[in-house]
Amino acid sequence: MIKSYKLRRHLSNALIYIILGVMCIIWVMPFVYLVLHSLRLDGGVIDNGALLPKQFTFKHYIDLFAGNAPSGSGAATLYFPQWFLNTFVVACFSCVISTLSVLMVSYAFSRLRFGARKKLMNIAMILGMFPGFMTMIAMYYLLKIMHLDGTLVALVLCYSCGAGLGFQISKGFFDTIPRALDEAATIDGATKNQIFWKIILPMSKPIVVYTVLTSFIGPWTDFILAKIIMGDDTSKYTVAIGLQKMISAEFRSSYFQQFMAGSVVVAVPITLLFLKMQKYYVEGVTAGGVKG
Amino acid sequence: MTYVEYKQLSPLQKFAFNFKKFFKNLPGAVGRFFKTIGLAIVHFFVGIGKGFKNYGVTFVKGDWATKLSYVIFGFGCLHKKKYYKGILYFLVEVLYILFLVFFGAEQLYWLPTLGTIAQHTEIIDGFAVTVPGQKSMQILLYATLTLVITAVVFVIYISNIKDAYKLQVMKENGEKPTSLKEDARAFLDGKYHITLLSFPILMISVFNILPLIFMILIAFTNYNGTDHINLFDWVGLENFGNLLNVIDSAKKAQTFFGIAGWTLIWAVAATFSNYILGMIVALMINKKGIKLKGVFRTMFVITIAVPQFVSLLLMSQILAEDGAFNMVLAFFNGGVNPHINFLGGEALTARLTVIIVNCWVGIPYTILSMSGILMNIPEDLYESARIDGASPFKTFTKITLPYMIFVTTPQLITTFVGNINNFNVIFLLTGGRPTNPDYFNAGYTDILVTWLYNLSMGSGVQDYGLASAIGILVFIICATLSLIVYNNSKSMKDEEAFS
Repeated sequence: MIKSYKLRRHLSNALIYIILGVMCIIWVMPFVYLVLHSLRLDGGVIDNGALLPKQFTFKHYIDLFAGNAPSGSGAATLYFPQWFLNTFVVACFSCVISTLSVLMVSYAFSRLRFGARKKLMNIAMILGMFPGFMTMIAMYYLLKIMHLDGTLVALVLCYSCGAGLGFQISKGFFDTIPRALDEAATIDGATKNQIFWKIILPMSKPIVVYTVLTSFIGPWTDFILAKIIMGDDTSKYTVAIGLQKMISAEFRSSYFQQFMAGSVVVAVPITLLFLKMQKYYVEGVTAGGVKG
Repeated sequence: MTYVEYKQLSPLQKFAFNFKKFFKNLPGAVGRFFKTIGLAIVHFFVGIGKGFKNYGVTFVKGDWATKLSYVIFGFGCLHKKKYYKGILYFLVEVLYILFLVFFGAEQLYWLPTLGTIAQHTEIIDGFAVTVPGQKSMQILLYATLTLVITAVVFVIYISNIKDAYKLQVMKENGEKPTSLKEDARAFLDGKYHITLLSFPILMISVFNILPLIFMILIAFTNYNGTDHINLFDWVGLENFGNLLNVIDSAKKAQTFFGIAGWTLIWAVAATFSNYILGMIVALMINKKGIKLKGVFRTMFVITIAVPQFVSLLLMSQILAEDGAFNMVLAFFNGGVNPHINFLGGEALTARLTVIIVNCWVGIPYTILSMSGILMNIPEDLYESARIDGASPFKTFTKITLPYMIFVTTPQLITTFVGNINNFNVIFLLTGGRPTNPDYFNAGYTDILVTWLYNLSMGSGVQDYGLASAIGILVFIICATLSLIVYNNSKSMKDEEAFS
């Protein structure tokens, strides 16, 4: 009886290993394909019916960063290094502004008590429920009136202005820091400002890192807003819309492999940052729970 | 019915009982929902009423300087020797009046008609000169801006009156007004929320609220890219009528109901396929005796970490007619490449493909959140069940499953709302293809938000008024669902449970 039970367990475990293994392959395969084919020697969309490339080269990566047009296409109109730089600059600026606004808003909602608090939080919740694309056209005209359309400043503004609305997670974290700390500091004569900078922020490292990373990653992955603001001016593109441009009908046949290489170049750092962020997120959320 | 009686029922009777209970409670739940909305509206108007009352009462009680503050901003402050504040208030009034005279008033004047002068030629000094016409869009945007600024100035106006009255009371009590230095210090302590929130609120007002008001107003106009490009008019609820009236505006309404139906199917299928499959995988990974838990989890997390636009664009390439997946199929098909167009060919294939690819995208998220929850189930529950002789299957159906469903129900509804708005997957995979000739600028896989995108920013026929109306309807659907969840979620109620 016991033996059969053990056997059954072994069997079921083996089955689970097989299923999980197959699933892992399905989930990871497309990325393996991406990396392999970004290294494939002969150009074009398809390697004549072969899933596994036969010869490898770093040519596409070099072309990508040197801004060389692939053979068979005209002048280089797509310039990846410029896109990379654009995105990096935008990401840095919007990261600073967004992080500050998110932390300020969440501290105010979490630790300060004032009349309009509940109302403002409800308004923020309602604003978040409108589909984001609805306002983009209006935003574009607004930027046009300010003569900012087609500039990187406009992108920074767009990415960071609404950041204050995403306060929920860090507010949740601040909520879990014991209030006794604030009270003790107040008795010692600290102002709310000092409490924020000297007590709450140093205690909130995981959530601060999490906020910094999310707002840094944002501009790298957005592909709608940037496209509306930049229009056809490819020199101002960010990597996301640039890569999308590479596989548009016009460029796909010649730029396909640079697209693959570019995807790898963008995906690797963001993946690493995300994994780091995930760690801090988990740390932030669980650390809060234990303190209660 | 008591608990014991319930336990004695057969499964079928239990189901019938719960079924009946659900529908018996449904009116109550819906009622509570409307009660919440009703109460919110009542509170809103009561608040306004109170504001008016205070406004009157202050005027009656105020001295002559306070009364003069009702017309001249900051007069009360100046009179009570609080100069810096008085000057600031006064400056606001002067600037606002200048703004109105030179800019705002004209915009407000044109707001009801949204401009009437089209581009035309005039004979000036014997030459025919093309005179540019008005742009309704610009008028509406500037008028919205004027209205928002007016609202801000109104708030300042009210605070000016309050300050004047407060200073008057302080003077009557023989207190001295606070100095600039003391006020500045208050902004770092007692009024710190103003310091912290004013910058984010300013940004949100300009770049979120202003465009939002503008687009909501657009929903009541006939602004489109074909025959109302420069000048357009107010049309009332016509856009909503076009969406909902099947008889008079057959094509638009047909498109709306067709797409709304598919959006619903999509949201249900996407949510539940991810939820159920994700839960099964999470249970497998977290099963006792399974090794390499960390490895499996990392594998799935990596797919989350890769930016979604990369993985989705990659998928669209793999599933293309000349893509890798067709080659894999060729391998099983005896070397003959079937060249199936998964994303732009047949409607049903495309729809199934987006749902399946969405599983590929979404299941790792479910696994991640479920793993956390599974690890949080108290171990002693399982121990006592084992002591009582429960089989593994029993513990699963009686402990694990109820716990998971209980914890994840709010998350389920949030995911559902997220899927109604799931722009990325549809847009990057199919872009709405295959096109449906019976639809108004939409394809078979378009959901409401991607249709909104087509109508406002995509190629083809553009109809901004209709797009905004769709946006408002999507908002109503999502807001209703979210409100029900927020009303019943615990974290909203005991915010301070941990502090």
